[in-house]
Amino acid sequence: MSDVADIGLWGVPLAIIGGAIRVSTPFLFVSLGECITERSGRINLGLEGTLIFGAMSGYAVAVNTGSAWIGVLAAALAGICFGLFHGWVCKFKGVNDIAIGIAMMLLGTGLAYFFGKPYIQPVAPDLPSISFGWWSDIEQVQAALQVNALFIIGLFLALLLAWGFKSTKVGLTIRVVGDSTDAARAIGLNPDRVRLLSTAAGGALAGIAGAYLSLYYPGSWNEGISSGQGLMAVALVIFARWKPMNCFWASLLFGGAGALGPALQSVGISQGYYLFFAAPYVLTLGLLIATSSPNKAMESAPGELSITK
Amino acid sequence: MTEKKLSRRTFLANSALAAGATALATAGMTGFASAAGLTVGFIYVGPKDDFGYNQSHAEGAAAVKEMAGVTVIEEENVPETVDVQNTMESMINFDGAKLLFPTSFGYFSPHIQEVAPKHEDVRFQHAGGLWNSETDPKNVGSYFGYISMGQYLNGIVAGHASKSKKIGFVAAKPIPQVLQNINTFLLGARQVDPTITCQVIFTGEWSLAVKEAEATNALIDQGCDVITCHVDGPKVVVETAAGRGAYVCGYHANQSPLAPEQYLTGAEWNWAAIYTSMVKTVQDGGTIDNFVRGGLAEGFIKMSPLGPSVSDAARAQFETVKAEIMKGGFAAYKGPLKDNNGNVILNEGESFVETDVALESMNYLVEGVIGSIG
Repeated sequence: MSDVADIGLWGVPLAIIGGAIRVSTPFLFVSLGECITERSGRINLGLEGTLIFGAMSGYAVAVNTGSAWIGVLAAALAGICFGLFHGWVCKFKGVNDIAIGIAMMLLGTGLAYFFGKPYIQPVAPDLPSISFGWWSDIEQVQAALQVNALFIIGLFLALLLAWGFKSTKVGLTIRVVGDSTDAARAIGLNPDRVRLLSTAAGGALAGIAGAYLSLYYPGSWNEGISSGQGLMAVALVIFARWKPMNCFWASLLFGGAGALGPALQSVGISQGYYLFFAAPYVLTLGLLIATSSPNKAMESAPGELSITK
Repeated sequence: MTEKKLSRRTFLANSALAAGATALATAGMTGFASAAGLTVGFIYVGPKDDFGYNQSHAEGAAAVKEMAGVTVIEEENVPETVDVQNTMESMINFDGAKLLFPTSFGYFSPHIQEVAPKHEDVRFQHAGGLWNSETDPKNVGSYFGYISMGQYLNGIVAGHASKSKKIGFVAAKPIPQVLQNINTFLLGARQVDPTITCQVIFTGEWSLAVKEAEATNALIDQGCDVITCHVDGPKVVVETAAGRGAYVCGYHANQSPLAPEQYLTGAEWNWAAIYTSMVKTVQDGGTIDNFVRGGLAEGFIKMSPLGPSVSDAARAQFETVKAEIMKGGFAAYKGPLKDNNGNVILNEGESFVETDVALESMNYLVEGVIGSIG
């Protein structure tokens, strides 16, 4: 780092942009995954556990194979297994998907801690990032615009899902099952199978989100790697009104707001930093209140979701 | 839910299960208790291989394991709640531990204070400065090291390495030990160049990977080119800073394997020496002092080997100051000294030496540190 420009207060917006890009990816993947699951009429609260297990398994496989991408693949596979298990258990009569989700969250976390012990020390290869800061001479701008490939994949995935829900047969199938089990049965669909596959897809994305945490940012496996990203992303889906592109914007917002606290301290605004650390939650609360209204509150919610029934 | 009638068959099946479980548990208990010699228990608040505070204690425990006639039992990830009381009770009752090292600061009050009076034949050794000779049980002791002297030496090497004259500190919470480390890090650097400033960012928690990474990035964005930290596991800070091309000073344990080129030096705990000597005392039938303190000279702390990027000038000054500290009675805080709000801490001619108890209740950041504790 030879010539570091003195950027002063510009550090704050830069940190917010950089933070939005760096921190948002796990939120994005988990919320897209949960979006698919919830659109099919199930809630999988266990994604926090899947995320942590994905972080561990991705890291472990990357250490053993020397390839970060194989690690991501392994994390996705682990996520699929968790999703399939959740989807399978939930098809039985009288099983509550929220309760199973909480159980799966604890199970995933516990398994990850158990199997992850030997992988706290080794250093795994990082996922590659693409530099979008070539146009600037300023080192900080270049650093902020190091964009990980998974972020870009996530953006395209959000676009794809938005289009898919609207204009493909698969999307329509998921929506029908999510809105009315009876209607789906009447037109010959198997709601249990659709939900099983949707939950598996959601699990896969949550696993990838975990791999991003352990293989890119912050880029190491330890037992405190997740600070509740998986849980927050589930709430994000409701905030995003079950729309994939809204999930993308909401994730960016969360990532950027999370960077606010450290950035303000770094330019010397250090009074009341605990308050700034609460920024993402205050922002969410504010936006939820601003965008809600009593007569259209759950307008876009899938009809079969257990929270809306 | 339908209430099932308790049939003879289910009753028998359940009783058989319960009996089996009890038998298993008893077998386990006697199995543990039959281990010969002294049983020593170590309790950690996080994973014991975190490249940080817990690892430093676990390395000490590993040295105790090597001793003859000692059985070491360990439990990690024990929260500073009633959980630690259960862990201590189970180590005493099931494993027969006679010497316990609950290593986290928050284990003391009220947990050790509640468990210790019930087991007067067990010795509790707590890392941290909280034992009070008047109010606390006599079978409890406190030990700690003057690790801020290590941060002072970190600061000297950092002062030489910094080109921007800005150094950065990622801190967890503004408690006295952390504030001491921040202040001595800057005071050390100011021995090299009195214009150096130290930017501090508090993350608010002992272990928050993403926030620690964001804090490190924010410091480097503001031009800090040497970074150190006081969080439970410095791995994320070290890797992030090195990834951005900044130099790093370590803390708690040796993190040089994470960034061989960028790692300058580090302030490490050296619990192995302390733990083996304490265990030896108990084995020989002696009593450990209730209040044990020490620094570099006593072998409580040590410095990581200097890295390849350390200049000759830095190396020379590092060794000189280290030799002075080894003599004992070293004062990092010398007057005239103000805090960063302009209040006078020390007048001309006054100083705080390493062992001064006034340092253990520190509540300010010295002039030159950019940040605030509230």
